[in-house]
Amino acid sequence: MNKDTTDKKVITSPFTNEVINELKTGDMVYISGVIYTARDAAHKILFEMIERGEKMPFEFEGQAVYYAGPAPAKPGKPIGSVGPTTGGRMDAYSPTLIENGLKVMIGKGTRSDAVVDAIVKNNGVYFAAIGGAAALMAKCVISSEIVAFEELGTEAIRRLVVNELPVVVAIDSQGDDVYKKAIEEYKQ
Amino acid sequence: MKKVKSADITALVERLCIEACCIISEDINKKFKSSLLTERSPLAKEVLSTLIDNAQIAREERSPMCQDTGMTVVFVKMSQNIQIEGGFIEDAINQGVRQGYEKGYLRKSVVEDPFNRVNTKDNTPAIIHYELVPDDDVFHITVSPKGFGSENKSALKMLTPSEGVEGVKKFVIDTIIEAGGNPCPPIIVGVGVGGTMERAAFLSKRALLAPLDVVNEDPYLSNLEDELLEEINKLGIGPAGFGGTTTALGVNILTNATHIAGLPVSVNIGCHATRHAEGEL
Repeated sequence: MNKDTTDKKVITSPFTNEVINELKTGDMVYISGVIYTARDAAHKILFEMIERGEKMPFEFEGQAVYYAGPAPAKPGKPIGSVGPTTGGRMDAYSPTLIENGLKVMIGKGTRSDAVVDAIVKNNGVYFAAIGGAAALMAKCVISSEIVAFEELGTEAIRRLVVNELPVVVAIDSQGDDVYKKAIEEYKQ
Repeated sequence: MKKVKSADITALVERLCIEACCIISEDINKKFKSSLLTERSPLAKEVLSTLIDNAQIAREERSPMCQDTGMTVVFVKMSQNIQIEGGFIEDAINQGVRQGYEKGYLRKSVVEDPFNRVNTKDNTPAIIHYELVPDDDVFHITVSPKGFGSENKSALKMLTPSEGVEGVKKFVIDTIIEAGGNPCPPIIVGVGVGGTMERAAFLSKRALLAPLDVVNEDPYLSNLEDELLEEINKLGIGPAGFGGTTTALGVNILTNATHIAGLPVSVNIGCHATRHAEGEL
């Protein structure tokens, strides 16, 4: 994507509040650093662990969660195709996770008002990766290791080191929503 | 009487699972490229270029375009003079799915029961549709892995006859507005109208397989498809839902005889890859 442009904005994960504050809805940015995969089943377990007051399997502060369940890795590759899954299915759990520090999310599609409120309150951000561009995104992954819930297979929590993963700021820390804003702009 | 070996069915299904997931249909790839010329949003153009790059990487590396390699939907079209030898056809197809998903490094996304939700770890069972045709010696299989980002946004409604074509159009548009960016637009829209409830649903699924570069033979339906496509692309949703003028690449409508009291309509949304591959024995 836009390989020739030199002005592309690369940001590093884990995130500081300063970096989050600079992001504006509709910005295309590239994430380098550590991100953690978790989707439906892992969210349910994390949510229940928080309710029981248990320790999280990774430190939440500043970290980004990627809603993704990768395809199996071919021999010699760190991971298989790995695009985003629908963020809305995590809406029931996200406000609680955000309150507990996991306030940077990468997925696709709209989020509930409760999630947007939690993002604004906690200075978070929701990025959208391009749904279905999973073969391309696999090439951004340098390494992958399972850190929790191995029994969930593709839904296990994986620690990924990524290089310039292309994403769009979908909901910024002010609660501005690309899905609402952009549609209004191009609606005829 | 033509004989078809179950082992050959397995081998064909195995190959088609991998092909469908890794190689984009040429009609869709052409639409990506032509949409780049008409799309107005710069961000949407970026998304379309990314999808073109992604499809190329997937084809070259034989890796799946999308990590959600779907629930495997298999359409079998066969003559009644075909005799299957060596085992039950359903077992042969499921064995092909099992082998294809293992050898192709495709994700296994099927749970054995909707309530206990334990993964079957081999992507079986497939959803299989059989169709008998009058011609002799036909044995044709289409494999269409269906991801649930788009499947979850599909919908069916039993309209009344008085709601007519306007009611059908409104339901299609409302379904797509509700889906927004979730089903990975630019989408392909399959519409089934008529029949009974389950027939409309089936037709909307099968409509997703119709090539985008072939015009519907029925002029009324062809016009309706064009009109709906134009309306959908005015919604502003755009590629990936980031806004734009390319929300859908195509609309395909299939109809069926129906009851004097009914007007069933089903909308099956396909993502921008709407994967399918076909072959015959």
